[in-house]
Amino acid sequence: MIIETTGLRKSFVSRAGREKKTVEAVRGVDLQVAEGEIFGFLGPNGAGKTTTLRMLCTLIEPDGGEATIAGVSLRKNPGEVRKVIGYVAQGGSTWDDSTAREELVLHARMYGISKVEAHRRAAEALDAFQLAEYADRKCKTYSGGQRRRVDIALGIIHQPKVVFLDEPTTGLDPQSRAHMWEEVRKLREMGMTVFLTTHYLDEADALCDRLAIMDHGLIVAEGTPAELKQEVLGDVVLVTLPSNNVAAAAELLDTADYVKKLETSEESVRLYVEDGAAAIPPVLRALDAAKLSLNSIELHRPSLDDVFLAKTGRSLRES
Amino acid sequence: MKFLRDTWLVFQRQMLLLLRNPVWVAVGITQPLFYLLLFAPLMTKALGQGQPVSNVTAYKIFVPGMLVMVALFQAFSGFGLIAELRAGVIERSRVTPVSRVALLLGRSMRDVVSLLFQAVLVTVLATAFGLRVGVVDAILAYLLLALMTLMLSSMGYALGLALKSEDALAPMLNTLIQPIMLLSGILLPLYLAPIWLQRVADFNPFSWAVKGVRSTFAGAPGDPSVWKALVIFIPLTMLTVFVSSRAFAKSVR
Repeated sequence: MIIETTGLRKSFVSRAGREKKTVEAVRGVDLQVAEGEIFGFLGPNGAGKTTTLRMLCTLIEPDGGEATIAGVSLRKNPGEVRKVIGYVAQGGSTWDDSTAREELVLHARMYGISKVEAHRRAAEALDAFQLAEYADRKCKTYSGGQRRRVDIALGIIHQPKVVFLDEPTTGLDPQSRAHMWEEVRKLREMGMTVFLTTHYLDEADALCDRLAIMDHGLIVAEGTPAELKQEVLGDVVLVTLPSNNVAAAAELLDTADYVKKLETSEESVRLYVEDGAAAIPPVLRALDAAKLSLNSIELHRPSLDDVFLAKTGRSLRES
Repeated sequence: MKFLRDTWLVFQRQMLLLLRNPVWVAVGITQPLFYLLLFAPLMTKALGQGQPVSNVTAYKIFVPGMLVMVALFQAFSGFGLIAELRAGVIERSRVTPVSRVALLLGRSMRDVVSLLFQAVLVTVLATAFGLRVGVVDAILAYLLLALMTLMLSSMGYALGLALKSEDALAPMLNTLIQPIMLLSGILLPLYLAPIWLQRVADFNPFSWAVKGVRSTFAGAPGDPSVWKALVIFIPLTMLTVFVSSRAFAKSVR
């Protein structure tokens, strides 16, 4: 395991007027990340994802718990941890009046790399991230996507073993976002372990080999996207029907033995079943027998949002 | 070794950016220039209390105060740092193994260099008004000013890191700097002040600094006020640099 944490904790004291309040941002996180995987940290804003990431990057000190990164203890030897990790912050890391080349050279040299080697690596990174054309222009002239590529190039200029990406695609347009996914996959191909946070379900699903779902400072689920979806739910049959029929339909279907779990909303009944295809005929028969008309019936494989809903009791889109 | 290399690295970067945007030179000397032009002429009569003293005497007293004032402005260094915090540059540096003291000193040394440039410029301009000062005396004065700048800019960075917002930093600095300035005899020497005011000013390190710089400009570098200023400022500067580099090492949320 390249990252291992046990019971990692952090709380902050926030002050509202005269009142002091302790906010437990991270309440004991146990994690294992294998070498060479893209590991995602999924959760709503304020779940403690960024705080956990910043602890692992040595930017803030944990209140309790242990962590090792590439075999080095985070608490005992943060200086050594810094040498093997790269960090790409959410809000960017470049200075308006500097050029990409200057930033890359400086950053490499901060890792103790010689001037000549730093220039060589900067040139290499500029090529790899299609930035060569703008290399000597000031960062303030770059587009959002270009600037984000500089951030990533900065994060890996010293060839770290682990790269931490904090919400790498937040605020990017769909096209830049797709490019970014490609860049992240490239990092894995280069042999790096990628640890990223996101609040996009599709991103976690498409990009991550494994992920952990975080809510209120705790990890509520962990596994591959497929495992997570399987483990919790099986399939979902979504029946939409006139609102005055919802209560009756729910009552009727709740007793059926093939329904594992049932949820209602204003105009729909959501059924969690083992095998969706096998469940649809009996559902239809039951509703027909009770003379309850319906608008539609849909079968879908559960999404990560369903996982989130099942684990936390609310939808990620709402939180 | 690593610490020196890192400091040089940070200093180089800061100098590069400073030179890329040379507006600071104009901004830095405009205010002293206004004082030289519009305020110093009052001094010839005020200092002699009715009997006008010569321009040379007046400027020898006034210019040193002016230079300390320019040094005091270096306490506003935190504003630039807050911009860097916001851009993520500080955080980016803090995930590297770069020396934390270097992150501070590289920046403070940039401030010292720019202060010295401004101080020389102000001195040269003042010679046009009749100021005369020996080179060795001036160098000793600049040394004192460099020490003060190192302390003030380090303090400014620590405040910037602690407050993280220009809106909080501006009133804080104004309330801090104004009494320091008034109680240091920058505009008028403190021997014109009533005794109680002089005693209060004794607790202000900068009143000693102004006396020290004035002695060097008066051609008396051996005056006790010079070594007293050094004795006060060397430990004070070391302490500030220590506290401030701790702020760079400590978590910044």
